[in-house]
Amino acid sequence: MQRHQYDVVIVGAGGAGMRAALESSKRTRTAVLTKLYPTRSHTGAAQGGMCAALANVEEDNWEWHTFDTVKGGDFLVDQDAAEVMCREAVDAVLDLEKMGLPFNRTAEGKIDQRFFGGHTRNHGEAVVRRSCFAADRTGHMILQTLYQQCIKQNVEFFNEFYVLDLLMVGGRATGVVAYELATGELHIFSAKSIVFASGGFGKVFRTTSNAHTLTGDGMGIVWRKGLPLEDMEFFQFHPTGLAGLGVLLSEAARGEGGILRNKDNERFMERYAPTVKDLAPRDMVARAMANEVREGRGCGPDGAYVMLDLTHLEPAHIDAKLPDITEFARTYLGVEPYTEQIPVFPTAHYAMGGIPTNIKGEALANNQDVIPGLYAAGEVACVSVHGANRLGTNSLLDINVFGRRAGIAAAEYAETASFEELPDQPETFVVDLIEGMRNATGDERVAAIRSDLQATMDLNAQVYRTEGSLKQALTDIEALKLRFANVAVQDKGKRFNTDLLEAVELGFLIDLAEVLVVSALARKESRGGHFREDYDKRDDVNFMRHTMAYRSIDAEGNVNIRLDYKPVVQTRYKPMERKY
Amino acid sequence: MDVKVKILRYNPEVVDEAEWKTYSVTLQPTDRVLDALHKIKWEQDGTLTFRRSCGHGVCGSDAMRINGRNRLACKTLIKDLNPEKEITVEPIKGLPVLKDLVVDMEPFFDAYRSVMPFLVTSGHEPTRERIQSQADRDRFDDTTKCILCAACTTSCPVFWSDGQYFGPQAIVGAHRFIFDSRDEGTEQRLEILNDKEGVWRCRTTFNCTEACPRGIEVTKAIQEVKRALIFRRV
Repeated sequence: MQRHQYDVVIVGAGGAGMRAALESSKRTRTAVLTKLYPTRSHTGAAQGGMCAALANVEEDNWEWHTFDTVKGGDFLVDQDAAEVMCREAVDAVLDLEKMGLPFNRTAEGKIDQRFFGGHTRNHGEAVVRRSCFAADRTGHMILQTLYQQCIKQNVEFFNEFYVLDLLMVGGRATGVVAYELATGELHIFSAKSIVFASGGFGKVFRTTSNAHTLTGDGMGIVWRKGLPLEDMEFFQFHPTGLAGLGVLLSEAARGEGGILRNKDNERFMERYAPTVKDLAPRDMVARAMANEVREGRGCGPDGAYVMLDLTHLEPAHIDAKLPDITEFARTYLGVEPYTEQIPVFPTAHYAMGGIPTNIKGEALANNQDVIPGLYAAGEVACVSVHGANRLGTNSLLDINVFGRRAGIAAAEYAETASFEELPDQPETFVVDLIEGMRNATGDERVAAIRSDLQATMDLNAQVYRTEGSLKQALTDIEALKLRFANVAVQDKGKRFNTDLLEAVELGFLIDLAEVLVVSALARKESRGGHFREDYDKRDDVNFMRHTMAYRSIDAEGNVNIRLDYKPVVQTRYKPMERKY
Repeated sequence: MDVKVKILRYNPEVVDEAEWKTYSVTLQPTDRVLDALHKIKWEQDGTLTFRRSCGHGVCGSDAMRINGRNRLACKTLIKDLNPEKEITVEPIKGLPVLKDLVVDMEPFFDAYRSVMPFLVTSGHEPTRERIQSQADRDRFDDTTKCILCAACTTSCPVFWSDGQYFGPQAIVGAHRFIFDSRDEGTEQRLEILNDKEGVWRCRTTFNCTEACPRGIEVTKAIQEVKRALIFRRV
């Protein structure tokens, strides 16, 4: 076992983690721990762009962007946070350009901008060109650019170090315990500030755009510490996943003129969102697609999907603006987007919920108190700028704005705080977890349990939910917990034991699936990405509030989920009906 | 259909030598090699070890040698491999193997980091964005696609035989900035590449171009860097 000491430890090296590192490493000794290599992070899979009211191609301002974000999030957005994000968006984009990000350019050589779902001029009048982009690999370019800056700034990385526990002393975060994949060795990191930037948990679903490695580790770790998770019932299903595979096809396809069609070749979004049509927010488009399929207007032999039509676009335009996603269609479905429509269906994409933070990126222990030394940013966090449904491009914006803020706040705290004495044998929890798993002799396999978990989540907690379906999911999860207690890994070695890694990841997934379902059961309304067929209207009287879920242990030692609620911060926008 | 997948296994914790092991898997023609590896790991042998993340060709984790050619496992469909015959999978060549299909990526990333792969500018920062025409932006578009998967570098015979050579990826990484009109670090970067272990070691075998899963014209990029060195202008 090795011990390390850093002022700031950042867990995760995607966009949020590296953006934080660029700030904190300027002024404090910083280490970035990642279970992958930085450039493998899932920020790199983001495609369409990053919105900011630069007004490079048409009139725009950050207040319109804020309104769209609040309305897109079905008014569950904390409006103070959305204002911060949309105001700082302009500098966030310009900062990236100065770091070298190769944005597409206008005729005058400025950063080009294009349409994106839910982004409008003057509070919903018409769609507006707000998304700054680099072809359809904007996330890739952000990830590469941030990594390049980290190289320039000599940021210290610990690659393939899997953080498994957060150390706390007297309510303050004081360090983490990491498992080094290459050797199986444990490392204790003592730190003044810890920033979680470890991404989402899309792998609770089977059909997902998320990487295999997105297993909610950061959320799972703080959950097991008894710290709250906010708004976990809100999960975004991206409308255009490649049918059957879930591979993401950017909303930019529709931003550039693509159209969704049903089996009658009808542009069905005209019925659901007469003004913005195919560029309605994702929750509405995903529901519309699922509804077309349910009502028998789906395409394909089983009527199981709808079509994304790009055939009316010039091939040269497709090549210039959408090269990667059209290649996905060719590679994985054998479809030629120049001449053929692409089969698509909603795919689990993004967790709106996560570790609650304030606008500085400080993590919260309850509705108001910050946890000294603990920060979170990006998908793992819930500020909440996305509310009940995130607008397209706002995730790349979120990681840059709040990654930066969390990095600054973590460094500022570390500059004045002192190192805390770590508890005796801080590694105990992780040793028990790892060795328990390695030496287990049960007869259940990780893959089988994970597959059953994903099946019940896809069936019962996806685009459409009811009390019955959610209760079924909960019953299934209870059974899977029992099976998981009997799981065994085949690889007993120390070196690069990915068998063991997957077992640990599955533990986090099961925990988080349960929090998602319990939170969803209690929210007896429909809002944004959470749609209850048995309560199909938004209910502002009873549910204009954030869910705060806590892991609690009762007198008999049983682990329960306790739900509490937190008010939504409203500044200038009153809730209104959400029409597009 | 039933497919035979032959994998070069190596775990120094257990045995000193690498050995081939053949697995029989039921797959769809449209399944990827990554699906085959997952099925083996999840249903037959949990000790099989490989890296992967995004699963659709953008993160660069799962470059491996499939039927003798470097490719991404998640971007290679079974039907494109003649599944009547055994499919062979082995680690990419030229980097130390840690276990099964997992290699030590540090020498590869060291080479990338050594070419100053970041924008170099001087003077005061502008208030707004730097102006760049779309034509200037397009000049280096091809090399911005790189996902650092190492398929090119580990397909290069010079890299295999000479541990000192930067390899094609590092040159691609430098190219992306050398031909960026906003960059002012070209002289320094070209000097690094002018090293005896730099671009001049390239023998133009085009292996790298063939191996690139992103379709980057790697050899062309290397030639452009050589030309820039000769004429000292880009």
